[in-house]
Amino acid sequence: MLKSKTFLKKTRAGGVMKVVREHYLRDDIGCGAAGCAACSGAQEGPALEPQPRDPASSLCPLPHYLLPDTNVLLHQIDVLEDPAIRNVIVLQTVLHEVRNRSAPVYKRIRDVASHQEKHFYTFTNEHHRETYVEQEKGENANDRNDRAIRVAVKWYNEHLKKLSEDSQLQVIFITNDRKNKEKAIEEGIPAFTCEEYVKSLTANPELIDRLACLSEEGKEIESGRIIFSEHLPLSKLQQGIKSGAYLQGTFRASRENYLEATVWVHGDDEENKEIILQGLKNLNRAIHEDIVAVELLPKSLWVAPSSVVLHDEGPTEEDAEREEEKENLLKTKAVNESMLKPTGRVVGIIKRNWRPYCGMLSRSDIKESRRHLFTPADKRIPRIRIETRQASALEGRRIIVAVDGWPKNSRYPNGHFVRNLGDAGDKETETEVLLLEHDVPHQAFSQAVLSFLPKMPWSITENDMKNREDLRHLCVCSVDPPGCTDIDDALHCRELKNGNLEVGVHIADVSHFIRPGNALDQESARRGTTVYLCEKRIDMVPELLSSNLCSLRCNVDRLAFSCIWEMNHKAEILKTRFTKSVINSKASLTYAEAQMRIDSATMNDDITTSLRGLNRLAKILKKQRIEKGALTLSSPEVRFHMDSETHDPIDLQTKELRETNSMVEEFMLLANISVAKKIHEEFSEHALLRKHPAPPPSNYEILVKAAKSKNLEIRTDTAKSLADSLDKAECPAFPYLNTLLRILATRCMMQAVYFCSGMDNDFHHYGLASPIYTHFTSPIRRYADIIVHRLLAVAIGADSTYPELTDKHKLADICKNLNFRHKMAQYAQRASVAFHTQLFFKSKGIVSEDAYILFVRKNAIVVLIPKYGLEGTVFFDEKDKSKPRLTYDDEIPSLKIEDTVFHIFDKVKVKIMLDSSNLQHQKIRMSLVEPQIPGISTDISDMDMSEPERKKKKYGK
Amino acid sequence: MAGLELLSDQGYRVDGRRAGELRKIQARMGVFAQADGSAYIEQGNTKALAVVYGPHEIRGSRARALPDRALVNCQYSSATFSTGERKRRPHGDRKSCEMGLQLRQTFEAAILTQLHPRSQIDIYVQVLQADGGTYSACVNAATLAVLDAGIPMRDFVCACSAGFVDGTALADLSHVEEAAGGPQLALALLPASGQIALLEMDARLHEDHLERVLETASRAARDVHTLLDRVVRQHVCEASLLLGD
Repeated sequence: MLKSKTFLKKTRAGGVMKVVREHYLRDDIGCGAAGCAACSGAQEGPALEPQPRDPASSLCPLPHYLLPDTNVLLHQIDVLEDPAIRNVIVLQTVLHEVRNRSAPVYKRIRDVASHQEKHFYTFTNEHHRETYVEQEKGENANDRNDRAIRVAVKWYNEHLKKLSEDSQLQVIFITNDRKNKEKAIEEGIPAFTCEEYVKSLTANPELIDRLACLSEEGKEIESGRIIFSEHLPLSKLQQGIKSGAYLQGTFRASRENYLEATVWVHGDDEENKEIILQGLKNLNRAIHEDIVAVELLPKSLWVAPSSVVLHDEGPTEEDAEREEEKENLLKTKAVNESMLKPTGRVVGIIKRNWRPYCGMLSRSDIKESRRHLFTPADKRIPRIRIETRQASALEGRRIIVAVDGWPKNSRYPNGHFVRNLGDAGDKETETEVLLLEHDVPHQAFSQAVLSFLPKMPWSITENDMKNREDLRHLCVCSVDPPGCTDIDDALHCRELKNGNLEVGVHIADVSHFIRPGNALDQESARRGTTVYLCEKRIDMVPELLSSNLCSLRCNVDRLAFSCIWEMNHKAEILKTRFTKSVINSKASLTYAEAQMRIDSATMNDDITTSLRGLNRLAKILKKQRIEKGALTLSSPEVRFHMDSETHDPIDLQTKELRETNSMVEEFMLLANISVAKKIHEEFSEHALLRKHPAPPPSNYEILVKAAKSKNLEIRTDTAKSLADSLDKAECPAFPYLNTLLRILATRCMMQAVYFCSGMDNDFHHYGLASPIYTHFTSPIRRYADIIVHRLLAVAIGADSTYPELTDKHKLADICKNLNFRHKMAQYAQRASVAFHTQLFFKSKGIVSEDAYILFVRKNAIVVLIPKYGLEGTVFFDEKDKSKPRLTYDDEIPSLKIEDTVFHIFDKVKVKIMLDSSNLQHQKIRMSLVEPQIPGISTDISDMDMSEPERKKKKYGK
Repeated sequence: MAGLELLSDQGYRVDGRRAGELRKIQARMGVFAQADGSAYIEQGNTKALAVVYGPHEIRGSRARALPDRALVNCQYSSATFSTGERKRRPHGDRKSCEMGLQLRQTFEAAILTQLHPRSQIDIYVQVLQADGGTYSACVNAATLAVLDAGIPMRDFVCACSAGFVDGTALADLSHVEEAAGGPQLALALLPASGQIALLEMDARLHEDHLERVLETASRAARDVHTLLDRVVRQHVCEASLLLGD
């Protein structure tokens, strides 16, 4: 069965070294065609269809398989991913080359190949006796690989002929390399370029748009004018970076100004610095997030970051002059020497970090034109030129476009159309867009993942009861917001015989269902968290678990992980115990219901007494915590009341806080802290914890200044003094001031993060004033909690360990992903709220509301409308309007406009309306109503005015 | 550059083998006439020569003699030309000493030493070319040499290495696979009884996986046994033909 062959290979590793390797050539590798008699039994994994029902191709009407070469795979992966393309043979040679050249494409091709219905087959040609090719003298590696591919195609065609006499099955070689194609045809192999083949698929014309345009020759219709300077090759860049001539960094485009960007230079902490790039030529085709090499310009050319807002609006690329004009506009702004920042220019790209971008098509003015510009939703991404025939169908739609390249004579990068998401403004489309833009994995769970779910009907078996305590007799209940279906915590409290209290927090035992390492676990780890949007929930675990088997609903037996304390009546913990358990919740209450029970004097059943006990203890715990210096911060949170039919928001409501909210919160905090202590004690090197670093003092400047303007003092030296001074900062005439200060304080905070205890030595949680903290109480919606559950289960001997759990590097990787996902989930949530706010005001029309000034800027004020928890900016200058007199005072943040002075925290009245002039970026626009400033503020009576009148008087960006 | 892919999705290793497959084994017994026993083995590109003298009287200090069994003396050396870059010292370095000790342990467990009290058995092994799995090649060669010398043994000692990559256990690692730095296990097995003469492990491997890797290694060792057995039988056949029986 084995054919052995030894060959010599020379590699250079410092010097010349002779490497001797064996290579076994096999004759048991199947061709992959299902039902092939010659290689029956050698099949495994997805196979090719015996009679491919391919989309009709006018070039090759016979049934056929496709065999693409490396470049086709690398560049046209979007086409290959289309469901219309099936029965593709991927050669090992090709796959290897792809692997070496592009990790993302390699991953995508592997994903595609794992789909049964795509019928992709990987043929291991390098190990096959008849298709192995040895490098000839004078032949380079690329040519050898091309030859190997051709040999494989030839072998396939001969092999398929042997299959049966009358079968006309063919393998078609797809290559974009002209020479390679010629050689193939010479050898009698049917070969086409990708473009030819895709164009011949008459049934699927939409595929053409997905072709990546690799304009090499003759495809450029632009003038040959070279706009950008050449990028240096990687070897030169590396040399330059080593010698210090160039700096390596991440390119971050500016949201406000398309001609400006910063490069965040990697390096040691002190060296971390930003370099400013200004002007198209200096940006030199870098796109947001790329890793670039920059060269510093001489000091005489340094500039200050401009405060001008510039959006790329010119659709034509011929006006280089205007471009230059705009660039000059930036430069004149530089005021004094101290404002100048290191300035540089991009000399080369080290790594592109392109991803598919969401956005909309801006149609070309020429009706017949096939080339259109695409405007991404993210303002940091330049517009992309794509070629499409379905422009009219794509107009007004949200689409996804991938970038193919950016030639030096083109103003915009070239790309191709990938997918149509749906109508812009449509709720589902917009949700999809914001999920995609925030990189939230939101596809339905795959079959592989679902296969690890327990079979229904599910019941607790003998086996489940191992290492588990039966706590069904306890009077446990859950308290959650209304409409909550993923209940992950429940509580109980009872008096013990010795007079002490027993308090239990019972958390859904998700780790019982999600076993380490399987597809379900991997998928949950990838998702990291459940994302709550206004009208949608993107689950981390499949619904069967999140809303049924793990959800601690009332009157059913559920598996739980319990943390049970014995406390005295002063809420001092005497004993802590953790155990896996079975519980039977007696009631699922909402916060309001629980509050009612506690308050009503007539109710005295078990649940109510238990709740009262909990509430009493929670108050003591909270007091203790605040004494230690825990912060009570505030952020305006809103809930939308949805119309049950249309799911449109009909009303906004700020979240109400009841005693019961804080009761549940207190015990969750206590459980988290107790668990954190336990797992850290057991696994000092690889416990997953959560920390909240203290913010640097400079963060507080805004807060201190703002308070000073109201004659209040905020001390920020410790969390405790901050909390105390915030409590004292009351103004009897202005009750809302305290909330405003707390909102400001929230903005000063750092982000809390997960980390692995072995990789860090600062565990402190600043906001909660706890020396150690973790997340244990929401395993249904956070992956971190699942890991913590596993650690705790091992610590108490209820479950077995697995290798990854005790590998701190793997744990650190998990933490990194979780932190990223949490951040993105937060952004997505905010974007969703913003979108719904827009929908709300769309239906509401123009309203005017009271607002407080939160920040004062040079040309605008940021206001907060408490009623809607909505924040917005009121601009006072506009491009095509005469500028009002603005005087800005940085010391006491205030802005003087004409004769009116605006201070921070001043009460104003603003008008809110939806601005849909830009379909892609609809926004809430606010304008000032009170105090009245002639020529600035708008009257309420304006609302009745006709459209053109109103436009004139509006102020905004 | 993406690193070397030790096991492809299709289940092939760098050199075209599947996970549980051995490299090609070729062996010959009785290669030298002057020694009591000798054998030569090729496992892929790993080539080893083993020579056995004894049992004979204790050489050197008499004090080393054991009253109840024979002394097994093993010496391992590796030719200066065995690796890609020429080695400086063929033997006597730390690694060779360790290997000698391991061989000694292995064969003390396999040879019926109590049949030859106060005597000595010398096993000299030399690796001519190293391409991974030197220990197993040495053990297998030495087994054949001991058989050739006619020294009674409990059973063949068959050795094979195994590694662990991406949740799959690989049998008989080549040099490339060893150099990748994963966990590596060397097993010397007495196939008939399934007893383990020596088990050695480099790097960390989670205990949950150990069983699978061990299983792979012992299956491979049994495969080695089948091959060695064939070699021995053929050798005996040839010898008896020469004798004219």
